[in-house]
Amino acid sequence: MIAPFYKYGLFGDSVSLIVAFVVGIGFGFFLERAGFGNARVLAAQFYFTDLRVFKVMFTAILTAMLGIFYLSWIGFLDLSLVYVSDTYLLPQVVGGLILGFGFVIGGYCPGTSAVSASTGRIDGAIYLVGMLAGLIVFAEFFPLVEGFYTSTPMGRITLPDLFHLSYGVVVFLVVIMAVGGFAGATWAEKAMAARKGAPKA
Amino acid sequence: MSTNTRVPQPYWNPYLAGIGLGLVLLASYVIMGRGLGASGALTTLVAVGANAAAPAHAAANAFYREYLGDGSKNPLMDWLVFEVIGVFVGGFISGALAGRIRVITEKGPNISARSRLFFAFIGGGLMGVGAKLARGCTSGQALTGGAVLNVGSWAFMLCVFGGAYAMAYFIRREWL
Repeated sequence: MIAPFYKYGLFGDSVSLIVAFVVGIGFGFFLERAGFGNARVLAAQFYFTDLRVFKVMFTAILTAMLGIFYLSWIGFLDLSLVYVSDTYLLPQVVGGLILGFGFVIGGYCPGTSAVSASTGRIDGAIYLVGMLAGLIVFAEFFPLVEGFYTSTPMGRITLPDLFHLSYGVVVFLVVIMAVGGFAGATWAEKAMAARKGAPKA
Repeated sequence: MSTNTRVPQPYWNPYLAGIGLGLVLLASYVIMGRGLGASGALTTLVAVGANAAAPAHAAANAFYREYLGDGSKNPLMDWLVFEVIGVFVGGFISGALAGRIRVITEKGPNISARSRLFFAFIGGGLMGVGAKLARGCTSGQALTGGAVLNVGSWAFMLCVFGGAYAMAYFIRREWL
């Protein structure tokens, strides 16, 4: 095992910041290439007219998931040193719902709003300002929500742990589900395109 | 309206862009042992701002303290802060190469720019609250945690899509 390189001490903290910057450039580049600097493209996901958000997101998850799986299988990547954040089920479910509302109302998520603002979109910049305001509100009211924030802790838990299945089986099932989802998404887009021209409700 | 007359290139095939994004995420895991993020960097900014404006107030708040650290190092010299600066730069590079830099407001045809910006602000605010409650956003939880099969991340991801679809009908005039 030689990876993660940072955890094996191949470089220090100051180099890690350069890595962060370069990784960020790659992240921003592909987000923009995907069309995610444009709120209309992102919002289209939730009206079934363009399901790019789902396709891009799950292709990315599959790519990284399969890479991590195979690299650990051949003994290159030490999975025990890979950071998996602890699960707090209830706050993450409620946070996910609120974030979902914010996604379709604001038209972005945090990463995509950065790309949107840097390519000139005024709505992306205002979204970022709104997000700063939301973060301040959360921080100021944190003492009131701290109990809920730390409720239902489950520790470091993965889907294989939860379902008592092997890592490989879960990876395989996720791939099958995603590929089925891609086919379904393309079908839904065609169905919506066929409906176009019909009067809107 | 923008004065930029260059015809923007079409966006990439979503699967191609997804593979690119996935390889960046994989590289981050292999090199650093951690994934991507976005909301965390803005939280650090807020905490640093609060600390500058009202140090005693910030020190009394456990949430600010978590992002300010123990004072042994500058909280802005942070992995996520540098990564998000890169996101701005990378997005700009891609947009510039494709002729997609436009100073405009993206919106549906049936809403004024002013209303759209109001909703952008509100949506951003909800996102700030939701991302902190969930301990991460679409980047830090859905993508990053999704790839390592984190239970909380998958529950979160389903709820993001569920919440957005549930809300979509009520604000359809913003987009359709």
